[in-house]
Amino acid sequence: MISVDNAYIVQYLKGHFEKEILNIEEPYGFLTIEVKKEGLIALLVAIKNDSVLHMNFLTDLCGVHYPESPNRELAVVYHLHSFINNVRLRLKVFIPASDPQIPSATAVFDTANWMERETFDFYGILFQGHPNLKRILNVDDMDYHPLLKQYRLEDGTRTDKVDSFFGR
Amino acid sequence: MANVVDAPDGYAGSGFFATSFDKIIGMARANSIWPLPFATSCCGIEFMATMSPHYDLARFGSERLSFSPRQADLLMVMGTIAKKMGPIVKQVYEQMAEPRWVIAVGACASSGGIFDTYSVLQGIDKVVPVDVYVPGCPPRPEQIIDGICKIQELIKNEPLRRRNSPEYQALLESYNIH
Ligand code: SF4
Repeated sequence: MISVDNAYIVQYLKGHFEKEILNIEEPYGFLTIEVKKEGLIALLVAIKNDSVLHMNFLTDLCGVHYPESPNRELAVVYHLHSFINNVRLRLKVFIPASDPQIPSATAVFDTANWMERETFDFYGILFQGHPNLKRILNVDDMDYHPLLKQYRLEDGTRTDKVDSFFGR
Repeated sequence: MANVVDAPDGYAGSGFFATSFDKIIGMARANSIWPLPFATSCCGIEFMATMSPHYDLARFGSERLSFSPRQADLLMVMGTIAKKMGPIVKQVYEQMAEPRWVIAVGACASSGGIFDTYSVLQGIDKVVPVDVYVPGCPPRPEQIIDGICKIQELIKNEPLRRRNSPEYQALLESYNIH
């Protein structure tokens, strides 16, 4: 019986996807790997179906906006969990805000459907191949993606606040 | 001792009592309000306490909650109203028959409260006219009862033809409610 831990996963990915890996780190013991967007889906399929790894559960999928890093302003983060080995893996893909496109993971994990819609809703990231990419949480007629940092968080229609008390 | 409201001003004599419709209908309405609880978050929990025997809103004639807007007199909005919920508050209001009153319970319903953010309606008076605001985050049940008593005062003193007045029509018009 092979014990599957972070070291095993790194070794596996280096063996099979050496060219797709951009960075490996382990903050708080949580293996985090940055991969290229081109290799993402093949990698997901492989680690999900691998008879030892069994990365069979997509715990979370979300976006992050880093406006200060040129050409890698947007990140999409995948949290995977192997129920059988009880190990977790975080994958990150960085894409430019000027071309916010990334292949959809819906063909690999059904769970990705609503999570990708949420990420689209808040960050405007376009998941290519998603069967129904429309807003899920915000009002349908919203005309921007509110968690992008160029938009302010507060509501412009607020009337009962003295601005100077609230740093506005 | 039975809890009986005082008769309105009028002329009493042997075997008769005369007063105006305004007063007698106002008195009857004020003491038989059917509230529609529109509870979306924490303030709704305080409303549950308000309805429970300890505070007992039934003492004010409001024990009968109406979960159908068509039979309700008073829309009680208690809690954070997300922008997505705004049209639903408005639809519920539109389904209520006149005369109807609205009370905004808590900071969220009154002004958006702590949620000064893109996803939250900054007060339900952005979508429906409000009669009484109850401040607090959340207000205590006593405050909610106080708000209902304020509504009762409004109801008692409302002229019968107020809802036909051009001012009232203009108010509804300003909310795009017909
Ligand atoms: S006013 Fe405070 S207690 Fe009431 S719904 Fe808002 S956050 Fe909750």
